[in-house]
Amino acid sequence: MPWMLSREKWPRLTFWKAIFGVIVAVGLYATWLRFSKGLGAATNLNDEFPWGLWVGFDVLCGVMLAAGGFTLTAAVYIFNAERFRPIVRPTVLTAFLGYVLVVVALLYDLGRSYRIWHPLVMWNPRSVMFEVAWCVMLYTTVLALEFAPVVFERLRLERPRRILRGISLPLVILGVILSTLHQSSLGSLYLIVPEKLHPLWYTPLLPVLFFLSAIGIGLAMTIFESSLSARYFQRQLELPLLRELGRFLVVVLAVYGVLRIQDLYHRDALRFVLEPGYASSLFLIEVVLGLALPIALLLNPRVRARAGGLYLSSVLVVLGFITNRLNVSITGFEAATGATYVPRWTEIAITAMIIAVGFAVFSLAVKYLPIFSTESPAALPAAPAASGRFHHVRA
Amino acid sequence: MSKAILYDATRCIGCKLCEQACAERWGHRYDETVAAQEKLSAEKLTAVLSREDGFMRRLCMHCADPTCASVCPVGAFTKTAAGPVVYDESKCIGCRYCMLACPFGVPRYEWDKTLPRVRKCDMCADRLAAGGVTACSEICPTGATITGEREELLAEARRRIRENPEQYIPHIYGEQEVGGTSVLLLSGVPFEQFGYRTDLLHEPMPMLTWRVLSRVPDLVLLGSVLLGGIWWITHRREEVAAAEARKTSPTAENG
Repeated sequence: MPWMLSREKWPRLTFWKAIFGVIVAVGLYATWLRFSKGLGAATNLNDEFPWGLWVGFDVLCGVMLAAGGFTLTAAVYIFNAERFRPIVRPTVLTAFLGYVLVVVALLYDLGRSYRIWHPLVMWNPRSVMFEVAWCVMLYTTVLALEFAPVVFERLRLERPRRILRGISLPLVILGVILSTLHQSSLGSLYLIVPEKLHPLWYTPLLPVLFFLSAIGIGLAMTIFESSLSARYFQRQLELPLLRELGRFLVVVLAVYGVLRIQDLYHRDALRFVLEPGYASSLFLIEVVLGLALPIALLLNPRVRARAGGLYLSSVLVVLGFITNRLNVSITGFEAATGATYVPRWTEIAITAMIIAVGFAVFSLAVKYLPIFSTESPAALPAAPAASGRFHHVRA
Repeated sequence: MSKAILYDATRCIGCKLCEQACAERWGHRYDETVAAQEKLSAEKLTAVLSREDGFMRRLCMHCADPTCASVCPVGAFTKTAAGPVVYDESKCIGCRYCMLACPFGVPRYEWDKTLPRVRKCDMCADRLAAGGVTACSEICPTGATITGEREELLAEARRRIRENPEQYIPHIYGEQEVGGTSVLLLSGVPFEQFGYRTDLLHEPMPMLTWRVLSRVPDLVLLGSVLLGGIWWITHRREEVAAAEARKTSPTAENG
């Protein structure tokens, strides 16, 4: 009965809407502070600590968490793993939104946001940041084109949809290459600071480690996001698919972990792990909670069999790699140089607003666009909302 | 032929006239409060540090192959043939990668402005171009700071160390650091005491990122071929299926 359903839904919706409203209101006030008073008044950045939360979290983690897009498109379109097709659209949407929000965060962080287009015409090919700028621009465009067929499908625009389908292979290849370059170049950014970044994180392998972890995150985010959307959008969980992703995830994490330890060993930096203190604790959080624990969990067939086990493992991996990015960009500098940085409330408020808007746009897209259906939405049975929901909350 | 600055801390009396001359050139406020700040800021592009056993200057080192010039995405920094590393504020987008990357921690930011710029010493590029010396060299009453040809100043620095070895640390700071800089420092006390790192590479820092960046074009081409190839292999089944379909129904050939 529809009226019963809506009565039951309303309180939850208003609660989340209220939270969303508060986050956006505070974020908008912080935005006003940022652009009317400048970076000094709106952030805790200073000459000793020029990059903070917006670079470390919004940009580095934002790009990293968007890695599901290239991982899944590569699996389906290039490696022909057709069975994963049902979860390609939500991951591409996440990636696209992620990149758009990264650009938004950059507009806050750049001292002169209105010149964000300068790298298009003022070239410096020796700069990693120049590569990063081009990757952001090109890959955001590619993601838009990869996602556009969904919009065209909704609007029944057959011609543009056919054109895009015709170029889908080169588009996917370009997307995978740009992602590879972009994920790794965010690591390369820090190759220039051997004396400022703690030896637990500074390594010539930074670009390789950033790329490998992006693949791991791509898999983990896909599991995470599918579990969440199964819960909130009342749809069937693709458990066998996620189980398989879980296996891949174990392998990627293991390779990453071994490479990480080998690298520390060859640079004679393993001793810093045993040195008690700030740096080694952060390193251990990253490696034990974000790497060893999820590997152990996912190796267990009983954990892999359960939606909750997969979900928990993916959350650990995501948190572990967020810690890694923050260690490379913020705490690793603190540990090595003695400078300190704690984000100001405005920085956190703006970050929270960007995330909240991301979630809101995602759920709007799910509501109005054929995200969770494949090519022919009519062919799929329309799941009755109520029954679907109760099944999945338990799963 | 490239100009350089030689600062000899053993001749410095800590009068801070260099700070004042620099502030005047840039139109910055200079009073007792500013003089007491012993660090660089957006309004103080050179600073004299005083310790019990000596003085030391801080200013942009004007590297031969500057890290700031290499990391800037829009090429706002240029190493001029004459020596100075100059900044074009009209290009700068404000990403502050130069500040993160500079091995000497020199570039400062106008944090309290809504349209901020990066600030650093430009070695009085305009005065050098006109055949003059830097403002700090001109005003220095003891000759602790002098401007000249880099090679000649290096020879002079070596001579001073050789003739008075007991007076100097046997190290010309800036001769080797990050591949050489256009500011050379001599001191009687270890440079580390003034925050100058002595563990810096002796090759230009931009090599660290260039080693990776220079491979990007190759990687793009290799990656495209590899991914295209994998696609070709993994989609063999569809080709077979299409061929089968053609065999069974010849009318489908056009489709």
